[in-house]
Amino acid sequence: MKSRAKTYRFFIAAFTLLALLVGLPGYMSSYTVILLTNILMYVVLTLSWAIFSGPTGYISLASAAFFGAGVYMSALFSSSLPLPLVAIGGGAASFILALLVGSLTLRLKGMYFTMFTFGLVELVRNSVHWWEVNITGTVGRIILAADNTAIFYSMVAIFVAVLVVSHWITRSKLGLALQAIGESEEAAAHSGVNVTKVKTVTFAVSAFFMGASGATMSMRWTYIDPTTAFNIQFSFMPVLMAIFGGTGHLYAPIAGATVFSLLEEVLTTKFPYYYMLLFGLIMLVVIRFMPHGLEGVIEMWRNREKREPSEAA
Amino acid sequence: MLVKFLDIAIGGLLMGGIYALIAVGFGLQYGVARVLNIAHGEFIMLGAFCTWTLFTGAGVTPLFSILFCAPFFFAFGFVTYRILFTPLRRSSESPAAFEANSMLASFGLLFVIQNLALIIWGTPVRGYSYLAFPIHLSGAVFSANRIVTLIASILLGSAFYAFLVSTRTGKAIRAAAQDPDAAELMGVRIHRVLALCFGFGTMMAALGGLLLSMTSIMLSPVMGMQYTLIAIIVVVLGGLGNIKGCFVGGFILGLVGYLVTSAQPGLSMVAYYVIFLFLLLVRPTGLLTK
Repeated sequence: MKSRAKTYRFFIAAFTLLALLVGLPGYMSSYTVILLTNILMYVVLTLSWAIFSGPTGYISLASAAFFGAGVYMSALFSSSLPLPLVAIGGGAASFILALLVGSLTLRLKGMYFTMFTFGLVELVRNSVHWWEVNITGTVGRIILAADNTAIFYSMVAIFVAVLVVSHWITRSKLGLALQAIGESEEAAAHSGVNVTKVKTVTFAVSAFFMGASGATMSMRWTYIDPTTAFNIQFSFMPVLMAIFGGTGHLYAPIAGATVFSLLEEVLTTKFPYYYMLLFGLIMLVVIRFMPHGLEGVIEMWRNREKREPSEAA
Repeated sequence: MLVKFLDIAIGGLLMGGIYALIAVGFGLQYGVARVLNIAHGEFIMLGAFCTWTLFTGAGVTPLFSILFCAPFFFAFGFVTYRILFTPLRRSSESPAAFEANSMLASFGLLFVIQNLALIIWGTPVRGYSYLAFPIHLSGAVFSANRIVTLIASILLGSAFYAFLVSTRTGKAIRAAAQDPDAAELMGVRIHRVLALCFGFGTMMAALGGLLLSMTSIMLSPVMGMQYTLIAIIVVVLGGLGNIKGCFVGGFILGLVGYLVTSAQPGLSMVAYYVIFLFLLLVRPTGLLTK
């Protein structure tokens, strides 16, 4: 019963958020719309990263590869297809890439997987660069720009989708299987979990949303080349934001991504030259002093709230 | 045909020496201190830039600046480990948690170092030429500085190997590599030894960068990342914490890199990566392990 009440609460909260987001663009300046789109992009990246890496503990640094795959799908099809189809196409491309990569490499344990995904971005970037220079004879590509509000709505749609999917996964058998893999992979395998299949499918699902957001966001850039599309920053940021927020609850990555992308916005405008430096310092401080992130602080506070009345009684 | 073959073989070996040195440092940091140091390449970059600054600013011969760079970067790494990673290791619940946390902390380090370097040295690429006269080796031609770097990297690698096998501290490092908890119980001051390893790793990276800068390549503050990747691949190739393996892996990677670069310059990173992927799938523990 309790979990059903929780589900209702989740849907009410999600619905309110959605209604707010859908209503907003009419009342805001275009700057705010762009800012919100940016925040939503990071929220989507962080949430989809957390779908796979949160419960399993496999730290993936491949987000930039999937994001970039989406960007390139959009470069290929933005002139011939409408925005929603481009987003889905970008997601599908990343899904297939992740399925391939995952089935090959997800039997690697722990840090070897991290090393591999770290290199994957460089591999894809270098391959695409080589292909563009030697086969198609260009370096960059032009993307048909879309309207800011349309991009915003597309991002909201992806956000809702990733929210629903991650909620569904945490409540389903798949989520339990992922949790079991995170606790002990061997024990999970012995209890009848098809470890490789579960990991690969979840990895691909999380990549789908990264690709879709890449395809959508690229419509704001109008010009792309392999270096901007496969920017390694899109690999670091989701990990950092998820660590900053925490991964135990659904709200935690959202909070982490929101706070951090706002921080990025402030730092880039106030200190354009020292922004990455400050960013690195903040990162070090967060890892050093808040190992469980915002979530750790919030949960500690919530537990204290709960405990105090019982102590009084 | 023979000349072409020699050209590739020697050219690959010359590059491989530096790769090996870089990888020895990375292997120490990950294999013993359990820090997957994504910022490793940044120390290579720092080493290269320090050498450049000393050479163009004060006229210090690059080989001579080893005397400055080695102790400085060793101390840098040692202190970094003490300030950042020792508290992390104490506060992490499990070794796996420490590995994840320390890797993320090294990201932070990467951002900080790279952007400090951008502030200090700016974006334009730098370079200097040193010992650039040609040397003929049975038909193939190489510049003298490449041969000097190969000899220097082999000497440094062997010296470190000798240090590991023949001194008490070396023994403590090897014990910590096998089992840090058991080593601690046997009276090894574990935090100090791990910090030493991180310091030595940083020193190797800086010396690798120093030698790299001598081969007349272009230096830029963002050059580090590709060498981190190379270090990772060589370490996987040679086996973690295996100095001989690092040299074998470095030479293999150097050869492949030289071969691919002479055919298709843009694809050398891709070739490295394909080797890496193949190896991870077939022998994730390295080539030389039983």
